[in-house]
Amino acid sequence: MSHALSDSAAMVGRSIRLARRNTDTLIMSVVLPLLMMTLFVYVFGGAINTGTGYVNYVVPGILLLCVGYGAASTAMSVADDMAKGMVDRLRSMPVRPFVVLTGHVVASVARNAVSTAIVLGAAVAMGFRPSASPVEWAAAVGLLLLYVLALSWLAAGLGAVAKSVESASALSFFMLFLPYLSSAFVPTHTMPAALRAFSEHQPITPVIETVRGLLTGTPVGGDGWVALAWSVGLLGASFTAATLLYRRRTRD
Amino acid sequence: MIVEVSGLKKAYGSTAVLDGVDLEVVEGSIFALLGPNGAGKTTTVRILSTLTRPDAGRLRVAGFDVAREPVAVRGAISLTGQYAAVDAEQTGRENLVLVGRLRRLGRAGARVRADELLERFDLVAAADRRVGTYSGGMRRRLDLAMSLVAAPRVVFLDEPTTGLDPAGRATVWEAIRDLVRTGTTIFLTTQYLEEADRLADRIMVLDRGRVAAQGTADELKSRVGGERVDLRFASAGELEAARRRLGGFADGERRVLSVPSDGSAAHLHAVLDDLRSAGVAPSRVSSHRPTLDDVFLALTREGAAA
Repeated sequence: MSHALSDSAAMVGRSIRLARRNTDTLIMSVVLPLLMMTLFVYVFGGAINTGTGYVNYVVPGILLLCVGYGAASTAMSVADDMAKGMVDRLRSMPVRPFVVLTGHVVASVARNAVSTAIVLGAAVAMGFRPSASPVEWAAAVGLLLLYVLALSWLAAGLGAVAKSVESASALSFFMLFLPYLSSAFVPTHTMPAALRAFSEHQPITPVIETVRGLLTGTPVGGDGWVALAWSVGLLGASFTAATLLYRRRTRD
Repeated sequence: MIVEVSGLKKAYGSTAVLDGVDLEVVEGSIFALLGPNGAGKTTTVRILSTLTRPDAGRLRVAGFDVAREPVAVRGAISLTGQYAAVDAEQTGRENLVLVGRLRRLGRAGARVRADELLERFDLVAAADRRVGTYSGGMRRRLDLAMSLVAAPRVVFLDEPTTGLDPAGRATVWEAIRDLVRTGTTIFLTTQYLEEADRLADRIMVLDRGRVAAQGTADELKSRVGGERVDLRFASAGELEAARRRLGGFADGERRVLSVPSDGSAAHLHAVLDDLRSAGVAPSRVSSHRPTLDDVFLALTREGAAA
């Protein structure tokens, strides 16, 4: 067990170094959410009526979009590793298989934490005024981290099955798309009935509603538990699937 | 025997890649697996280093059963694959320290070991540059250094010099010889006869998944006889006419026919007379001691004819 921990620490260090040096991805993971936020707040915001200042409505959604994008790039970095010789070297060493993926996932969570903090700072500059108490902040950050962790494992699993970096990018596309079909940008009651049914029952909506409630004081209701259940469930399923897929991919 | 293999078989779909290979490697020696592309060399190395599962066969490496004790095998070996297994976005030193930590030398221990290996492989000046800026030879040296971090008992090298220039090749050969002096066993694959000839204590020729021959370089050379006479012809037609008359191995590209000889002037005379009576005359004649190339051609052509 202590081996697994120190091996993971070494692999996390590696993944963080690789991510830090992959400047394009790093810049995109901050710039894209900033652009989206500017777009929604200043371009669409004036026409969207959510009953509150739109910036306060949209920021939690932007945060989720941002971490979705950041987690999705984990699929690319895992696929990149699979395509190169490094995985063979690691596999011919007495290192547990999940350690390789753990490195990518933990680095993804760290990267997302940094870019989310930058996006939050920019949101405040654009007029976002959270009303959260320290406990609510902690709960919101905790839920976001749990969600990123779950999504990163999901992305790692996709990266392990993808045949190439390009197909990993295609597979993880839905992660970027799902927030648009949720309450991230507009309240779900404005959507057509079928779409509304989907968007109210997909995992992103309760997570967004919970984060929004915790930060800006809108009612959370049962969404908190639903969001927690989705995140924990997704984490468990993704971790198991990613580890199995990685093993199957690397066994022939 | 530090590597023991018997009855090794592996097929992908209906294509047999390895069809009953037996081999043994003495501890502290250099063993070369020689063969053309597609002979099954890489598959053999991947199976022995626990990356690929065989369909059949008993395999032991460093005293451990490859199928039942893969983790113990991994602790005793290292693998340098055909494509440099290094992170281009990390520096040479970071790559080495990473492997050191995964080999459980601890942070400090991994740094010390990295310094030693950078020194030994002449990479000190480039140690803190990203590997992406390295030349092919430097990459290969780093790759080899990463394989030696934990002083493995058996080092598997899959085509260690493919794609290197002569200077890079010489450096890798030197590193391999150094390694054997410290008691490490080397199991390498190569397409280059010269490489096997210069380095290996024992050579196994693999052809389409079967063992075509094995022995020392001298033993293999003696299988093609004492000397070879090479006869070069001006046209493919003449080459074919000469081959029908004399036998031997024809190299259509160079238009050279190679025939066995006892090295005497009388034999050469007889060969030329024979050709004259067949109505063909070689443009050039040379005679040389057999090389592994002759062995290789002889063995793999025999297989192709069968």
